[in-house]
Amino acid sequence: MPNTINIPTPLRPFTDKKESVEVSGGTVGELLADLTKKHDGLRKHLYTDEGKLRNFVNVYLNDEDIRYLQKEQTPVKSGDTLSIVPSVAGGTVDGYAD
Amino acid sequence: MVTQTEVELPTLSPDEIKRYSRHLIMPEVGMDGQRRIKAGSVLCIGAGGLGSPAAMYLAAAGIGRIGIVDFDVVDFSNLQRQLLHGTSDVGTSKNESAKRRINDLNPHVQVDTYETLLTSQNALELFKDYDVILDGTDNFPTRYLVNDACVLTGKPNAYGSIFRFEGQASVFATKDGPCYRCLYPEPPPPGLVPSCAEGGVLGVLPGIIGVIQATETLKLIAGIGEPLIGRFMIYDALKMKFRELKLRKDPECPVCGTHPTVTKLIDYEQFCGIRPEPDLSQVAGANVNDWEITPAELKRKMDAGETPFILDVREPNEYQINRIAGSTLIPLGELPRRYQELPRDREIIAQCKTGARSGRAQEFLKSVGFANVKNLKGGIRDWIDQVDPSQPKY
Repeated sequence: MPNTINIPTPLRPFTDKKESVEVSGGTVGELLADLTKKHDGLRKHLYTDEGKLRNFVNVYLNDEDIRYLQKEQTPVKSGDTLSIVPSVAGGTVDGYAD
Repeated sequence: MVTQTEVELPTLSPDEIKRYSRHLIMPEVGMDGQRRIKAGSVLCIGAGGLGSPAAMYLAAAGIGRIGIVDFDVVDFSNLQRQLLHGTSDVGTSKNESAKRRINDLNPHVQVDTYETLLTSQNALELFKDYDVILDGTDNFPTRYLVNDACVLTGKPNAYGSIFRFEGQASVFATKDGPCYRCLYPEPPPPGLVPSCAEGGVLGVLPGIIGVIQATETLKLIAGIGEPLIGRFMIYDALKMKFRELKLRKDPECPVCGTHPTVTKLIDYEQFCGIRPEPDLSQVAGANVNDWEITPAELKRKMDAGETPFILDVREPNEYQINRIAGSTLIPLGELPRRYQELPRDREIIAQCKTGARSGRAQEFLKSVGFANVKNLKGGIRDWIDQVDPSQPKY
């Protein structure tokens, strides 16, 4: 059974405005890889050029931060939900200047 | 939280007892709780979308002292959500208008306003006289500054943040709880922020989030309930859904961890990757005119029969409000896959609302080989001010 990844508002322009995306895989890393395969535009927002998850992008498996599980190696069960939770500063265009 | 002993708590006048009767009849608040609220103080950083409902409800609830740090003046575009300010306040200082509104809501509340930007130089001094700091700011440098100053002064941070239809809230920097940096050790660099193409905020959203911040402030001060510590609330107004995520205190946190490396306030603009604007006129060999064009210059060019390609990188809904005649709309977020549509043999003038997004478009276009790209200085706003006042501004 596929898993769901919740896409936060700021990243929806890169998922054709979808609020959630169905993905499959056995670990958090595999789900994220499947997500960026489906929506390539997300890749540079989630990963550094070296392929590491960016520091300001937090990923939660259900309600737990994957940094306190096994990070991208964390195994996922059917029905688990992944959420991407980016830092958001406020109502200005990008949290810096308009 | 509040350290005053029972004997030091202020008493309530008959007027106050009448006013707060709906609190007093609840044993969870009662006379003692209301006196703790009266003894309490909160510093609102910003009197905008979040600060407005927060300060108004806290004032009505009888908090003793509200500080407000703001330096802005009320603008028409604030009125859609910033309830501290009314139509007749447009053009006046937000501090002044906030103070007037709060005094009217509850004259028992002392309002202290600080007409200044919050900076690394004044934050510690400002925070030390308050029980709770309420972060209602809208930019990353100030968010990190508020967090670090809260950790350094030991003041809890009632945090709220809003974007379009989504809000976030938590209580950071309590003694044993996580801080903002435990959650986000570093900010996204400017220019790589995913949200760069779409902004805005649903007017009612800060009402929900600001009142969550006020609720947490009140609970901390009255010493009741379970504060939103170690938990991160995410609210989606369109779905009408709340989600709660777990937060942990990071022992490696540079500010509140076991071996902190940030022990005093730093330069937060630099931390967030914002460099001072280079003064191009001072750079040897560079002419500012190679990069930028003013609305008046563009108008002269067009009047002289030149036909530069005007690239508007805003969103379609912004383009509906106002536009430069003959411009072509390609939103910034679509530019990486659509830049081939642009002519290579014409001068391109990139333009947005104020010049920030089009500056990024200019950088991007240069990186893919467009040599002749200028940024319209001040964007459509300056265009309207200087060339075409018949169009509305937003």
